[in-house]
Amino acid sequence: MPAKTSPHPITMNLTESSLDPSAAIVSEVCPPGEGWIHLVKSGQTFRIEDLEGNQAVDTLFYSADNPDDRYSATNTIARGGSIYLTTGTALYSEEGNVLLTITADTCGRHDTIGGACSAESNTVRYALEKRPMHSCRDTFLHQIENAPAHLPQLTKRDLTANINFFMNVPVTPEGGLKFEDGISSPGKYVEMRAEMDVIVLISNCPQLNNPCNAYNPTPIRLLVWEGV
Amino acid sequence: MATANTVLWEEVVPGGNHWSGILRRGTQLRFTDMKGGANVSLSLYNRETTLERLNIPDTLKGQHTAFLTTGRVCYSDMGRVLCSFVEDSVGWHDALCGPSDAHDIAARYGERSYATARNEMFRNGRDGLLIELGKWGLGKRDLGATVNLFSKVTVNDEGSLVFQPDNSQAGSFVTLRFEMDVLLALSTAPHRLDPESEYAPAAVQLLLERADEVAPDDVCRLNCPQNERAFINTERLYAR
Repeated sequence: MPAKTSPHPITMNLTESSLDPSAAIVSEVCPPGEGWIHLVKSGQTFRIEDLEGNQAVDTLFYSADNPDDRYSATNTIARGGSIYLTTGTALYSEEGNVLLTITADTCGRHDTIGGACSAESNTVRYALEKRPMHSCRDTFLHQIENAPAHLPQLTKRDLTANINFFMNVPVTPEGGLKFEDGISSPGKYVEMRAEMDVIVLISNCPQLNNPCNAYNPTPIRLLVWEGV
Repeated sequence: MATANTVLWEEVVPGGNHWSGILRRGTQLRFTDMKGGANVSLSLYNRETTLERLNIPDTLKGQHTAFLTTGRVCYSDMGRVLCSFVEDSVGWHDALCGPSDAHDIAARYGERSYATARNEMFRNGRDGLLIELGKWGLGKRDLGATVNLFSKVTVNDEGSLVFQPDNSQAGSFVTLRFEMDVLLALSTAPHRLDPESEYAPAAVQLLLERADEVAPDDVCRLNCPQNERAFINTERLYAR
């Protein structure tokens, strides 16, 4: 679908990475509607690449040593002073620790207000009949229920408000909240350095009812580099 | 509305303190700011299964809003209505910033312990909420984003947060009607972005009344089609 012009000025903070994808120790494609769970070690750099553009990537982080200490959208917003995430943003935990720091971003803005879609929220947002459609919270549950044995066991209690990488959810000065067409495009990426050992939990969003994926969910690539 | 409703109980929560309790479907709780500048960080759970809980992202995106006021409701993660904002003299309640924590309070006001100040000690939102949740067998994994009653934080065009002082005066009130049997935990510690330099959070009166039955033309139910569907989901839970 054609890109629309946002009525709100987007302050772009675009930063490219010097890392070479051929040197990555992990390089995996995650299809739309699938999930990914992975341990990223302190000092390693983690990249999410939006292969075909306008994809929403619902993401949660946990301290690997203490999974109770998990990503906090409110701490990230309140301590960073901004609702949008981009290069330089520290991703804070509930206990106020920095889990990761965004080090490169060719998209310019990521959401942490909109949360993850679910069967139940789809009944509210769209129609009661939408309940059977695949959703991010189903993917999160499937991932944690089938996580590798070396990772801590997570449950629904651990599914908190997430980041939506590449998603555009502007808030107006009057307090309106809108889901706008993505500002991402094929090949855009966001990259972050782990400040501690973290578990990354991803749902590559299958939502078909709103423009967060341009109504066409597409694959992403996940890369990890050793620290320098 | 609600002026003639039967009062079931009332209680005052001092500023900086914390409280929790079970609130029944069909009752409504009026919060009154007793001094001006109050903040009430609250978290909500379905008392039958506390795994079902307040979900702030679902609440905001379902109603296309970044704040709460009359006509809006709090959604659980299961697509139901935990409570409805049926009356509000304030107009804006924050849902973006979460509770204050020990770091926030120490950075703004310094530290004041029980040993030196007895019950005038500085308390923070997160620790107060966790103490209350602990009383019900819940803990850190169960605490997420809160509604911050009486506090207003706007977002400018660049995405920066701006705390708006003087949002609530002495006597300001907001009434939540419970659509489910809920466990409610709250803290009256200061909002984490409140620039007030002195630690003097306002006390808040809680007044529980029997609520009128939800009418077909209820302002919260008809606020948007999303709310109508969430009310249907809620009625199905209590169908018998």
